[in-house]
Amino acid sequence: MTADAAVVVENAEKWFGLNPALANVSLRVHPGEFVALLGRNGAGKSTLLRVVARLVKPNRGRVRIWGVDVARDPERGRERIGLVAHQTYLYPGLTARENLRLHARLHRLEGAGERVAAALTEAGLNLSADRPVRGFSRGMQQRLAIARATLHGPELVLLDEPFTGLDLEAAELLSERLRQWAAAGRTIVMATHNLEQGLEGVTRWVLLDRGRIVTEWTGDSTAVRSRYRQFLKGAPPGAQGRRT
Amino acid sequence: MKFWSQTAAILMKDLLTEYRTKDVLTSMLLFGLLVILMFNFAFEPDSEEIRKFGPGLLWMTFIFAGLLGMNRSFAAETENDTLEGLMLSPVKWSSIYLGKMLANLLFLLLAQAIILCLFSILFNYGIWPRIGWMAAITFLGTLGFASVGTLLAAVAANTRMSEVMLPVLMVPLVLPVILSVVLATAANFAQPPEEPVMFFWMQRLAAYDIIFVILPLMTFDYVLEK
Amino acid sequence: MKGLQKHLGLVALLAMMAALYAIFVLAPVELTMGVVQKIFYFHVSSAWVGFLAIYLVCFCSLRFLRNRDRQWDIRAAAAAEVGAVFLTLNLVSGPIWAKPVWGIWWTWDARLTTTFVLWLIYMGYLMLRRLVDSPEQRARLSAVVSIFGAVNALVVYMANRWWRTQHPQPVIAGGEDSGLHPDMLLALLVTVLAFTLLFFCLWKMGCDLERTRDSVESLRRTAQRHLREVR
Repeated sequence: MTADAAVVVENAEKWFGLNPALANVSLRVHPGEFVALLGRNGAGKSTLLRVVARLVKPNRGRVRIWGVDVARDPERGRERIGLVAHQTYLYPGLTARENLRLHARLHRLEGAGERVAAALTEAGLNLSADRPVRGFSRGMQQRLAIARATLHGPELVLLDEPFTGLDLEAAELLSERLRQWAAAGRTIVMATHNLEQGLEGVTRWVLLDRGRIVTEWTGDSTAVRSRYRQFLKGAPPGAQGRRT
Repeated sequence: MKFWSQTAAILMKDLLTEYRTKDVLTSMLLFGLLVILMFNFAFEPDSEEIRKFGPGLLWMTFIFAGLLGMNRSFAAETENDTLEGLMLSPVKWSSIYLGKMLANLLFLLLAQAIILCLFSILFNYGIWPRIGWMAAITFLGTLGFASVGTLLAAVAANTRMSEVMLPVLMVPLVLPVILSVVLATAANFAQPPEEPVMFFWMQRLAAYDIIFVILPLMTFDYVLEK
Repeated sequence: MKGLQKHLGLVALLAMMAALYAIFVLAPVELTMGVVQKIFYFHVSSAWVGFLAIYLVCFCSLRFLRNRDRQWDIRAAAAAEVGAVFLTLNLVSGPIWAKPVWGIWWTWDARLTTTFVLWLIYMGYLMLRRLVDSPEQRARLSAVVSIFGAVNALVVYMANRWWRTQHPQPVIAGGEDSGLHPDMLLALLVTVLAFTLLFFCLWKMGCDLERTRDSVESLRRTAQRHLREVR
């Protein structure tokens, strides 16, 4: 019954002592959906993504990716995931090609050489493919980071505040990629608090506050934008009575 | 098969990085030379004293140089958060551990070989007739040292003062290894060599190695988790 | 059981007084060492508690890694703190006793070395806890280190025994275990019991203290959030 969903999070909880990071979060993402996770810093967006990728072990609850329980078989879950974060995950001492090759070997990709070459061309890094990443500009590094995260053709792309620290050019490229992925039917879950960029294809908006899913919206970004602003300005649920 | 090819990928990555920069080996060797230099001026040893203190001194050098080198292994992964990148790939996390442990083991053995040669030349210390056994002892000792060290380097990399934290955690925990390896080395280089004593301590070393390789493999996932 | 927990402090106090009586009144003065031998009872008891504690730390840490309950982390941390204090007592009382009896403060005998190494492991564990910023990570990392520490305490002890059996024993002969006077043995057992009770009492207090710290921190956060919202 759940095999048709791309991601199923059931009652996930993560806490330590009296500090809840996620409180009873359930989320179901269908294949081809583009879900945006909204919320303040520390609302639990990043933790939720990391629970899905099984970097964080939840205290309670289950996560399945196309029916695979990630607690039982995290490697098979991660095979289908690509995570784009604001960190680049690149080794500065290795060249662009070597970085991609390492990723290909860890994913045990067939025809790694051609795939790496194709990814380098697509990222526009052909000329600098054999230079160490340390000398790359911020924009080049970001392009390479995106190429790296999606080299293995993940069906599920997770993005964690991907626009943080990007220059204009790199941000445009990322938006373009997001459109392509959405059009290609990939499942996308993006945590963001930036309401200006990369939101064209979003099909569903999930609002988190203090580790809980507060509400969900569907619809296009202009309407959501104003509602989200209102949420940010207004007191969070439960504290309204105290405002004068 | 999958596990080993991924482990090899991580090992090769570390070797390639080191081949480019040579940071770890250079710092370990320079440190080793400094210790030899200080030893010479602090004690002005004659050949009898060299024979007596040589094994202990060698291992002190190996251990402190090794601590210096192993500290880098996870500290180097913090730039751009590359460790999380590794954790996100479909590998068993223990293969990350094993790849890095083998890289550390190779760096340490290489540095030790060079330091041993220098020591032998500078102090006219006759190691060559017994070099085969010395290699075996060094391998056993360094295996235990590197396997605990790699795990603790991952622990220390998450603290505010990793350079201090690693030795403080490490030295008491690998003390059995240090003790056995020094005594085995001393028996090996004694005049005449005391082989039964040497074998006794080599057996102990092998036993510690089993404990100290299994324990990190069992606990490493807990260290990485976010 | 519940009553014992509640009045643990009182019980420990009574046991401590019984121990003092047994040591200074009941047990005879040792012939060759004289009155300084009385340290022996405190010395052995604190060593026992110090070694007991590292295994309790390890046990709590294993439980923590299984169920990620902060309570087990608190228990591990408190046990380590109290255990370290007792082991320090042991290391301090040892030389005070050794100097008049053996003529030296310290010797690298198997037991002394093991205790010293265990003390260093405690210090490493406690230092690690101070130097990790995220509470969750602190709990996990220190749990792993405590497992190594507990296994190691055993291994170091064995290693030292082999090491010392390779050589003739230095200054210390036979040891005090040979032919202990029955009253002395009784005094020792009572003291060990009293120290163990004292340990559990302090352990419980340490846990309570840490729990209080947690709730203060949580209250502080709530207060801050409300303040922000009111503004």
